[in-house]
Amino acid sequence: MFTPAAKTMAEKLGLKMGRANLEEFAATLEELAKANPNIIAVTSDSRGSGKLAPFGKALPKQIVEVGIAEQNLVGITAGLAACGKKAFGVSPSCFLTARALEQIKNDVCYSDVPAVLIGISSGVSYGALGTTHHSLHDLAVLRAINNLTLIVPADNFESREAIRFAATATKPVFVRFGKAAMYHLHQPETKFEVGKAITLRDGNDVAFVVTGETAIHAVLAAAQLAEQGVQARVLSVHTVKPLDTESILKAGRECSAVITVEEHMVNGGLGEAVASTLLQAGVCKSFRIVGIPDEETVPGAQADIFRHYGISMEGLTEAAVKLIGK
Amino acid sequence: MTDQELQLKVISLRRTMLRLIHNAGAGHTGGGLSCMDILNVLYNRVLNVSPQTFTSPTRDRYVQSKGHCVEALYTVLADRGFFPASDLDTVCRYQSHYVGHPTRHIPGIEMNTGALGHGLPICIGMALAGKMDSANYRVFTLLGDGELAEGSNWEAALAAAHYKLDNLFAILDHNTLQITGHTREVMCNEPLADKWRAFGWTVRCVNGHDYAELTKALTDPPESGKPTFIIANTVKGKGVSFMENVAKWHHGVPNETELKQALAELDVAEAGLKSA
Repeated sequence: MFTPAAKTMAEKLGLKMGRANLEEFAATLEELAKANPNIIAVTSDSRGSGKLAPFGKALPKQIVEVGIAEQNLVGITAGLAACGKKAFGVSPSCFLTARALEQIKNDVCYSDVPAVLIGISSGVSYGALGTTHHSLHDLAVLRAINNLTLIVPADNFESREAIRFAATATKPVFVRFGKAAMYHLHQPETKFEVGKAITLRDGNDVAFVVTGETAIHAVLAAAQLAEQGVQARVLSVHTVKPLDTESILKAGRECSAVITVEEHMVNGGLGEAVASTLLQAGVCKSFRIVGIPDEETVPGAQADIFRHYGISMEGLTEAAVKLIGK
Repeated sequence: MTDQELQLKVISLRRTMLRLIHNAGAGHTGGGLSCMDILNVLYNRVLNVSPQTFTSPTRDRYVQSKGHCVEALYTVLADRGFFPASDLDTVCRYQSHYVGHPTRHIPGIEMNTGALGHGLPICIGMALAGKMDSANYRVFTLLGDGELAEGSNWEAALAAAHYKLDNLFAILDHNTLQITGHTREVMCNEPLADKWRAFGWTVRCVNGHDYAELTKALTDPPESGKPTFIIANTVKGKGVSFMENVAKWHHGVPNETELKQALAELDVAEAGLKSA
């Protein structure tokens, strides 16, 4: 995932490698479910890929297997939630948000049941498996559905907090995870609040407005830019919906340029949401959306795809330099 | 309530629904008429749910998967006192929650349906929750013929049998017509009984307009460890001669003359029943 130079920069910043956000999710859910028998995991032959095999072993009465049937998974999750269960439907985001989108829209969001949906191995986590297994559309389609909180954690801390929030939420929640190990990005005293972005680094020359597992690359790029005298702000927008427009507008007003970064197609994701926020408030700055372009995604592993499209320390540094003209 | 009382009631329900659809200028007349007897039996004989117990965790659940026939459901719910009958005047009106498919904004409605193939999976979740909680409630859903072409039903058919959900009852309003024409010509789903039995369900076939048969099918104890599929053989447009078995009445809206004629036929049926 990281070039030697990026690894060196992470070391310089004192960042420690954690585990995959997906593993953090599974461990957190198991911990919560042991204390709350109402928590039910629903899987579509996905307990292995969802890291829920230990959950299934420890709490066999709290896991429902539906087989490879995503529509059924969401319907069943909604039905459980409507009858008082805290149901977590867990399935690869590529299938969950395409094949079962109508169930997400109607059975969960429109029916307003407190179900939680977990999109696992999202974005290009399954990189080399090809486009069938990529979910580069999920933020766009989910953003367009009313009554859904949409969280894309950047690291283990955000993942843990997102699941804790979801476990007590009274409204529909979707959480999107990747499966690569993630660096810890936050200080122990950091406060996580749904709908409130977290500033990972301050600066006024350029703002990286990022979501999910791309955040680390912006953190590293910001450090590299600092060595060139460019002060970059990094805003971790873990909640894509509702969007923290206040922090985004503040960044837009205070910084000379804005770059959004996401593991998603450039159409309809975080970038366009940020652009809409800024423009509608009359904040017009140099702006660039970094993500996967509207083309057949280059073949390769997640790291290859990230590097190819400039989602890397080097790529983001270059994008910032170009944008601010330094 | 006796069979004859229910038969009289359903005439009144059909009358109300036809007026409702005429006033709203929209609705699913044919299917509403075909499933009205089923809903009449469910809400007046089978479901342990009432306006007072609707929030009870132990109530029976009914999810109308063929949500387009919501006018029939609104009519029955109003009759059972879930909301004032005057609310029916607002169906499909600006800012009225009484839209053309069920929503939980309306008292008595469990889930928002209307896109087909959603009810059965939802009911599996509800039935599973009941099993987990050792609750005695039962879960019912009403499906349409055309709806069975949706693949999600068959995902659910597998799961219901897999989880031995004998607290789950799926009723098919088997009027054999859908918007384009006969289901056997659009996308044949026969042999229905064999299919559902092969999926591990108990199958009961009844006349969907016969109160004794419907009541028995809906109240006989289920086979232990098996979900129950009830094929209710019905007539689309039931009760109005010129609507019966005519596909165009799937979502045809009666005009003033047609409404008058339909109501007159119901009046004759009512008089006949009363004098019997």
